[in-house]
Amino acid sequence: MTVSLSLLVAAAVLNAVGASLLLTRSLTRILLGAVVLGNGVNLLVLASTGSAGEAPLLYPYIIRNRVTDPLPQAIALTAIVITLATTAFLLAMAYRSHQVTGSDEISDDTEDRLVALRAEFLDRRGELRERYREARAEDGGADAEQRARYRAARKRLRRRVREERAYQARANDVSGNLWNDILGADPEDYREGRELGSTDAAGRPGPAPARVAGPSNDPEETGREPDSLPGEDSCHPPPDQPDDPEGAGTEGTR
Amino acid sequence: MNALVPLPVLLPLCVTGLKLAIGPRLHRFQRFISIAVLGAVLVLSVILMVAADRHGPLSVHLGDFAPPVGITLVADRLAGLMLTVSSAVTLLVLVYSLGQGMADRDDQAPVGVFHPAYLILVAGVSCTFLAGDLVNLYVGFEIMLVASFVLLTIGGTATRIRAGSTYVIISLFSSVLFLVAIAMTYAVAGTVNLAQLAERLQEVPLGARTLLEAMLLTVFAIKAAVFPLAAWLPDSYPTAPAPVTAVFAGLLTKVGVYSMLRTQTLLFPGHRLGDLLMLAALASMAVGILGAVAQTDLKRVLSFTLISHIGYMVFGIALAGRGSIAGAIVYVAHHITVQTTLFLVAGLIERRDGTTELTRLGGLAKAAPLLAVLFFVPAMNLAGIPPLSGFIGKLGLMRAGVADGGGWAWALVAGSAATSLLTLYVMAKVWNLAFWRDAPPGAEEEGLVLESAEDDDPDDDPDDGERPTGSGSGLPVPAGAVVAAGFLGQSITTTQRLPWPMVVATGAAVSLGLSYTVLGGPLTTFTQAAATELLARTPYIEAVLGR
Repeated sequence: MTVSLSLLVAAAVLNAVGASLLLTRSLTRILLGAVVLGNGVNLLVLASTGSAGEAPLLYPYIIRNRVTDPLPQAIALTAIVITLATTAFLLAMAYRSHQVTGSDEISDDTEDRLVALRAEFLDRRGELRERYREARAEDGGADAEQRARYRAARKRLRRRVREERAYQARANDVSGNLWNDILGADPEDYREGRELGSTDAAGRPGPAPARVAGPSNDPEETGREPDSLPGEDSCHPPPDQPDDPEGAGTEGTR
Repeated sequence: MNALVPLPVLLPLCVTGLKLAIGPRLHRFQRFISIAVLGAVLVLSVILMVAADRHGPLSVHLGDFAPPVGITLVADRLAGLMLTVSSAVTLLVLVYSLGQGMADRDDQAPVGVFHPAYLILVAGVSCTFLAGDLVNLYVGFEIMLVASFVLLTIGGTATRIRAGSTYVIISLFSSVLFLVAIAMTYAVAGTVNLAQLAERLQEVPLGARTLLEAMLLTVFAIKAAVFPLAAWLPDSYPTAPAPVTAVFAGLLTKVGVYSMLRTQTLLFPGHRLGDLLMLAALASMAVGILGAVAQTDLKRVLSFTLISHIGYMVFGIALAGRGSIAGAIVYVAHHITVQTTLFLVAGLIERRDGTTELTRLGGLAKAAPLLAVLFFVPAMNLAGIPPLSGFIGKLGLMRAGVADGGGWAWALVAGSAATSLLTLYVMAKVWNLAFWRDAPPGAEEEGLVLESAEDDDPDDDPDDGERPTGSGSGLPVPAGAVVAAGFLGQSITTTQRLPWPMVVATGAAVSLGLSYTVLGGPLTTFTQAAATELLARTPYIEAVLGR
């Protein structure tokens, strides 16, 4: 069996492009990746025919061994139809994702975030406690100011955990309006906050933007300007300085 | 008799068409035809299973094209058994979901979206079990997957869309890989008919054959959630409505296992990649069960035990002896039933208490004794306590492993024993937390592990701990990562009295699991015969190619 090299090269390029698009976070890019990948694989299926021949129409006097094998074409047609259906579904999903979260990017698993946050929380707390005890041992007693600082830092840490949890809990909440839940509310409603019950983590009306509404992006909580690039790290809340006692101290004297 | 073979695929599809034509009207009639068609599929499956047992594999060439060209559907003993178990389970889950939908009075939604998608899923699963060629297997997978996309994201809430996108992308990738494997198979062997492939692949060079085997195994391992390819499962399953999760956990992964069983025995006898499979099986068992130990949400615990118990079936397939294949078949039937039942019970718990988070549950044994019994029996069955069917399956597999006597086989026997014990541990933990202990005080307020890990500092003043009242908006916020969601994602309705169809369906599923014990003798004989048939290969090939 001889196969046209150009077919194989084209299939390889399409597959490579499709696969790398599939690895991104944005659903729209993934959609494009799925389409390109589907085409690449269809070319591969066609390549399994071998060299091209005449059209596989069985009229009289046709020389049967010069006809192209029609079976891979049938397989490719089936695959095209299936790709079409999947693409339509992905498109709908990207649109719906945009509607409910304000972006079509896939966020991390909430349970994964929880596990990561738990580890980080315990680490940070241990560190704080360690430092506080050291300081106390040096001074030979609990200094009121230090104590206040320590407590303030701990309080912030706890608040952050609670924020995260509230965010997660709210991500699960929807309006309860059946019609909107199936068909989707008007995006305009979301923007103006008219959609009942869809509030983000901070209680602001409107859809919770997946990344901006994450914890520790509020100037009050972190003691610094809100992230100008909130999308940089969606997996873990960015490490924020004020958790350490020094930062807490400057804030406490204010 | 052969004319009955396509019906398990055709009937649900036709009824789906009818339903879509009717639209959101005539709810009683719609419910009636859904149950009627699944009941009919169950009866047909039993007939097919008995017929395949008596007269050997039944095959149908659709459109009367000669075997290697047209589409062939084959029902042998294995396919018959799988069809019977799957249709029984899908029927029960449908009754359960009707109970849930009726009690919530959201009549339109389930009938309008859920029922057609569900019936298409059943058709897809049947198509996969009956497929006689690789392309038809692919099409069956796709029918099943597209329906499952709809079911998993039903309601379109933010969590379900997020969980759904992982699932959709993974499924899409495995489908593409499957197509590549089909293209390569066709290029190498010039056919996609399984029976003809079984003959022709023997003459194919060893390297090409191993490559095909590895590709098909990868595809099916993604579907079956075997360890290195299983990370998508606990991420995507727990967010769906309870009946959907139940049927997914029970059936969809087993369809992957079935395909593995079919292709490994029919196309690649001599199991060149057996050692690799054994390694994957061992890793699945270990990683899955350790994951289950770490989880605190019942649905996630069950998802992880699902992964670990897939390892048992892969173990049976990897050994590829008569006893081990028979053990794997018993285990598939047992596991479909038990896993579905456990997820149904989780749905009942969620319905009663609004959550499946174990740290917030408690006192259920006293408050709901029936629920406790419904959980206890399948939980012990999963762990493999002797009279129950889990024990029969595990015993068969371990005996086959000991008889094989290789180093890997012994490692797997030890691994499966340890996994059984750990499963028992996990189930006992769930039992203790959710059923046995008193209801945790303040569970209403805050119950997450994070919170309980928080205030144990001796240096801390009690007065500075502001009481958690939620955040930002000042509204009380329910703790717990997986907040219960109802059928279409609205906040779940909790009721002290559980709707009777849900309880009856769960009870029936529990008794189906128990019936494998009662029918243990016939079941073992049947699976031994099925394994012999699979390993002999000639009955299948002759039935299809008509020699």
